[in-house]
Amino acid sequence: MIKLKINGQEQKWDGDPDLPLLWFIRDEIGLTGTKFGCGQALCGSCTVLVDKQAARACVTSVSDVKDREVITIEGLHPTGDHPVQKAWRQLNVPQCGFCQTGQIMQAAALLIENPKPSRDQIRQSLSGNICRCGCYQRIENAIHLASTGV
Amino acid sequence: MNILTNPSKLRGFEKHIKIENVSRRSILKGLGLAGGFVLAAPVMMRPALAYETGAGQMPHGTVVDPRVFVSIAPDGIVTVLAHRAEMGTGVRTSLPMIVAEEMEADWKRVRVQQAHGDEVKYGNQDTDGSRSTRHYLMPMRQIGASARTMLEQAAAKRWGVPATEVKASNHEVVHGASGRKLGFGELAADAAQQSVPSVEGLKLKDPKDFRYLGKGQIGIVDLHDITTGAARYGADVRLPGMKYAVIARPPVTGGKLVSFEGSDAMKVSGVEKVMEVKGWPWPSKFQPLGGVAVIARNTGAAIKGRDALKIVWEDGPNGKYESSAYRKELEEAARKPGLVVRKEGDVEAALKGADKVIVGEYFLPHLAHVAMEPPVAVADVKGDKAEIWAPVQSAGGTREDVAKTLDISQENVTVNVTLLGGGFGRKSKCDFALEAALLSKELGAPVKVQWTREDDIHNGFLHTVSVERIEAGLDKSGKVTAWRHRSVAPSIASTFAAGTVHQAPFEIGMGLVDMPFEIANISCENPEAAAHTRIGWFRSVSNIPRAFAVQSMVGEIAHATGRDQKEMLLELIGSPRILKLDSVKDLWNYGEPYDSYPIDTARLRRVVELVAEKGEWGRQVPKGHGLGIAAHRSFVSYIATIIEVAVDDKGKLTVPRVDTAIDCGTYVNPERIQSQIEGAAIMGLSLAKYGEITFKDGKVQQKNFDDFPVIRIDESPAVTNVHIVPPGPDTPPSGVGEPGVPPFAPALINAIFAATGKRIRALPIGKQLEM
Repeated sequence: MIKLKINGQEQKWDGDPDLPLLWFIRDEIGLTGTKFGCGQALCGSCTVLVDKQAARACVTSVSDVKDREVITIEGLHPTGDHPVQKAWRQLNVPQCGFCQTGQIMQAAALLIENPKPSRDQIRQSLSGNICRCGCYQRIENAIHLASTGV
Repeated sequence: MNILTNPSKLRGFEKHIKIENVSRRSILKGLGLAGGFVLAAPVMMRPALAYETGAGQMPHGTVVDPRVFVSIAPDGIVTVLAHRAEMGTGVRTSLPMIVAEEMEADWKRVRVQQAHGDEVKYGNQDTDGSRSTRHYLMPMRQIGASARTMLEQAAAKRWGVPATEVKASNHEVVHGASGRKLGFGELAADAAQQSVPSVEGLKLKDPKDFRYLGKGQIGIVDLHDITTGAARYGADVRLPGMKYAVIARPPVTGGKLVSFEGSDAMKVSGVEKVMEVKGWPWPSKFQPLGGVAVIARNTGAAIKGRDALKIVWEDGPNGKYESSAYRKELEEAARKPGLVVRKEGDVEAALKGADKVIVGEYFLPHLAHVAMEPPVAVADVKGDKAEIWAPVQSAGGTREDVAKTLDISQENVTVNVTLLGGGFGRKSKCDFALEAALLSKELGAPVKVQWTREDDIHNGFLHTVSVERIEAGLDKSGKVTAWRHRSVAPSIASTFAAGTVHQAPFEIGMGLVDMPFEIANISCENPEAAAHTRIGWFRSVSNIPRAFAVQSMVGEIAHATGRDQKEMLLELIGSPRILKLDSVKDLWNYGEPYDSYPIDTARLRRVVELVAEKGEWGRQVPKGHGLGIAAHRSFVSYIATIIEVAVDDKGKLTVPRVDTAIDCGTYVNPERIQSQIEGAAIMGLSLAKYGEITFKDGKVQQKNFDDFPVIRIDESPAVTNVHIVPPGPDTPPSGVGEPGVPPFAPALINAIFAATGKRIRALPIGKQLEM
């Protein structure tokens, strides 16, 4: 039996300990804001916070996060008003929107670590998150906005 | 002999693919326009915007009836149905916004509801071909105007005054003389009793009174939900008792399952069942490929179970498909004469008599869509009823195909369209929904079929692979007098009909025969090419290789004659005129009437001039930088792009700036036009820099984003500027979703040449610039 905390709630899993956290979150818990895009930590769509650091849920097993604290997009802010989420809406960032929760979680992790990142640092930090629609210019601007308020 | 040259066979198919193949689905349907129009009022175009579109020629045409699309609750909340699929273009917002504009609804009190698949009720729902705005701007205005008229009539009746004395304004109807007002909610029940006005008598708003249309001030309706994870995509659908499935499919197109051993898979924790999935013989249209499904309690267990399967496949006729050998075949074909599809003057003589002949042979490999959401669908089949939840571009087509596949009546099939996590043409094929339907039927339980990224890349409907060979003959003064363009590529039609070797008119019409240059002697040819994998529509389709070839050749001619690229481009486009393509049989104009949407070189010139001005063509750039330009008409819109590249001494390519000008006629939401063009730059850069799917032993060699990379944020252009041509009062709306992609690669390649002197003729660029 593995115990972990997701968005402040205790969860238990007595199935395959190697099950990727992504499928535990999506299929077993039913939190579908965390997305499946590649399964190999290549696209960042499944980014969550594990103890406040960005992690790819598709290559993190449930046993890897035993007794640790996982935050998904649903737990980022109670009303969805994290500065990154607000900036995202202000700049109309998304197109299809599918990768955006992963992008937002990666951006939130960046701002925890570095509250005032440079544009280069934003590009570096977000380079693991693919957006096939190509919203990158707005993603960069939104993170800049969230970190500076301008 | 194939069905494209033998109209006696499969007439319905032939009709659509040959003459008016705008509809990705109509090909499969293989039927004419019978059925439908039950509720369809004739679409009359108003004098204020006098144009006709091809909307009426699409299967089931358009429906203009406010009772179908609009409802008003007693509290005043107006609900507008979105009947097209949202894959990132913003159409789920834009079309309802048009209705709200005309009916004088307050956008804050408008809700959007997704219509399920039912083309008899809603009209054509096939969301592709960059058609939604151009086909639905006018019908949506008419729906809104009808609803407004009914509300006004209801208020006038209540007050006992002539309808001419009342006016709807911002969610209420006002009687000017008395100052009385009634909200839409208070009028809803009475308005519903009014007869629907005829479209001929409708009074549309004067565009100067628009509050939303053309303004770009409205965010997409799903914006908040997207940022909180609440937005529901196909993969996010969960039903009680739902099983999770992944499928092992034949690795070679046309291959078959011989045998499988599932006992190890069954040992995986969470796996519940291993079963065969029915497949269809190649060419399989949109039908499933078949294979072995692993059913589990969650997707992770299903994937792990599939890894443990032992399967024997039979590869079939495409087991020897190999990309480098195939490229040689295409090149050889391009060096010999082929089926002539456009002919003006005498190109052979003109080339012989030319002072100089410039030859460019351009290659573009297969591409995969890799939408961020891999194909996925949920089905719940009970007896002779089926319900589907899926991210499909064609809700109506999916409904028909599910009915056919399960052999049940269409009326018994409900297709719920979720948000699409990207489409790009991949999700115009509903094979994944059919797989889910087949499995659910057999299991007697709801099931979700999830494709992995590897499945997406291995078993997709790829963009074609092509060689485009252009020979340009120049006279002594440097004027181009001859142009021979041979295009060789397996056709999308091969996915529907065995033996296809020629491209269909809708492919030939994408940048080959519609080439807009003013040259006396022109020959466009299409030598034969057979397909060895499933070919499908990919955003912009054949325009990608064509624009790459044609606009690269402009750069080559400019260099050979010592001319400025932009001046050369304008000289080739020539005088402002409407192209007359009399020699082209079955000219395909994106399904649009040529009178409304002619090939107008004045508009092409204008976007070149606009982008040159705004993009500061000719500006000084640092050493190692270069500017390139390209222009292309596609999806009846006109686009020109200027790109600044920088290539460092190791050959590393960066893009400091992109400028694109678009003329898409009358537009609805300029903010979403901007986002589409920004995105097109990323997709263009992805395919130019990295895009390549190759085959060996009939199998795709790439598997995921590591070996099929796409552009990431750290290599994206520093700035992408979008310049929209303001429309004339009567300019019909034209496409936006796709036209941004084609000019990107050639503008980039021309810029690289300006920066380095190296001319790239085969994409992707890959390592070609490395020193």
